Amino acid sequence: MKRRGSVLIGSAFVALAALAFAAPRVVAADKIDPATEAKAFRNYFTAKFPKVKLDDFVNGPYSMNADMRKQWVEKEEFPPYEFAVDAGKEMFAKPFKNGKTYADCFPNGGVGIRQNYPHFDAKEGKVVTLELALNRCREANGEAPYSYVKDEMASLTAYMAFTSRGKPFDIRIPDDPRALEAYENGKRYFYTRRGQLNFSCASCHVQSPGERIRAEILAPALGILNAMPIYRSEWNGMGTISRRFVTCNSQTRAVPLEPQSDEYRDLEYFLSYVSNGLPIAGPGARP
Amino acid sequence: MTVIRSIALALLLVTAAVPSARAASDADFKAAYAAAEAASKEAASLRNQWTTTVATLAAAKKAADGGDFDRAVAAAKEAEALAKASILQATSEKQAWKAMEIR
Repeated sequence: MKRRGSVLIGSAFVALAALAFAAPRVVAADKIDPATEAKAFRNYFTAKFPKVKLDDFVNGPYSMNADMRKQWVEKEEFPPYEFAVDAGKEMFAKPFKNGKTYADCFPNGGVGIRQNYPHFDAKEGKVVTLELALNRCREANGEAPYSYVKDEMASLTAYMAFTSRGKPFDIRIPDDPRALEAYENGKRYFYTRRGQLNFSCASCHVQSPGERIRAEILAPALGILNAMPIYRSEWNGMGTISRRFVTCNSQTRAVPLEPQSDEYRDLEYFLSYVSNGLPIAGPGARP
Repeated sequence: MTVIRSIALALLLVTAAVPSARAASDADFKAAYAAAEAASKEAASLRNQWTTTVATLAAAKKAADGGDFDRAVAAAKEAEALAKASILQATSEKQAWKAMEIR
C-alpha cells in the first residue's frame, strides 16, 4: 500500500512536470528601452575591441586594421571625395527656378546639421532621413527629385556632412509610440537574416567586424553611418546611405527594397541612434 | 496461346516499370511555372524575395520561349524551391532574429 502511494505521488509529479513544460511560458512582454539598448550596443564593441578608441569606430575598417589605416591616412591627403564636396557646395548654393535654395528648407541654412538626421516627424508619423528631406525640398520648390543612389544626392549629402564634421550624432526618439515602433522596426530589420546567403546586417557588422570577407575588411556597426556618404574604390564613385543598403541586400542575394522605403528609413534611424555621441566623419573613403 | 499471353503480360509489366522518359511539354512548363510564380509572389509580399528566385524564374521562361521545356520545367521547379525557402526564412525570422540581438 505504502509502495503504491509513493508510485502515485511520483506519477503526479511527473504529470505536473509534463504540464509545466507543455504550458506556454508566460514571459513579461519585452519593454523597449532604446537608451539602455544603445549602451549595450556600444559596450559590445568596446569590449570586443578594447584597443579602439570610441570615436575611432566611425572610421570603419581603418579602426580595425593597421595596414589599411596607413593607406587611408595617405589617401586623405588628396581625398577622393573632395570633388563631391565641391560639387555639393555649388549645388547647395545654386537657386532653384523659383529663386529659393536648399538653405530655405533646413534649420541653420542646412549647415552643420547632419548629426540630427534622421529625425522622427510627428506630423507624418515616420522617420525622415537627410536624403529624403533633400528630395522633399526639391519637390516643394518645383524641382524633380534626384535618384537616391546616384552622384547628385551623394554630392549634396557629402557637402552637408562635411559642414557637420566632428559634431556628435544626436538622434532623438520622442515620447511617441510610433517613434519607438520605428526604432524597433529598424532594429528588427538589422538583425533579421535575409537573402539566399541567410545573412543579416548583424552577421557581418556585429559578429564579424575586422574579419575579411573576400578582399574586404568588415566595418563595425557602431558608427557605421557616421562617415556616410562614402567614396568607394569598388564603386569608382560616391555612394549614399541608400546605395549602401541596397548593395548590402544584393550581396546577400536578397532583392533590395526601394530606396527610402519605410524599412530602410527605420534601419537608418536605429543605426544612427545607437551611434549617438560618435562624431560625424563624412564624407568618407572606403576600399 | 498461353505463351503469347505471357509475353504480352510481361511486355506490359516492363512498360509500366520503366520510368517515363517523355519530354516535358508546354503544359508541364505552364503548371510548374504557375506554382513557382505563386510562391515567388508570396515571398515578395513578405518583403523577402531572393535574387536567385527571380533569376531562375527568368531562366525558366527563357528556356520555354526557346522550346526547351525539359530545361524550363527543371528551372521552374528550382525557382519554386528557392521561393519556398525564402518564405520559410521570412517566417522563422519573425522570432529568430531576437537570438542575434545585442543585449
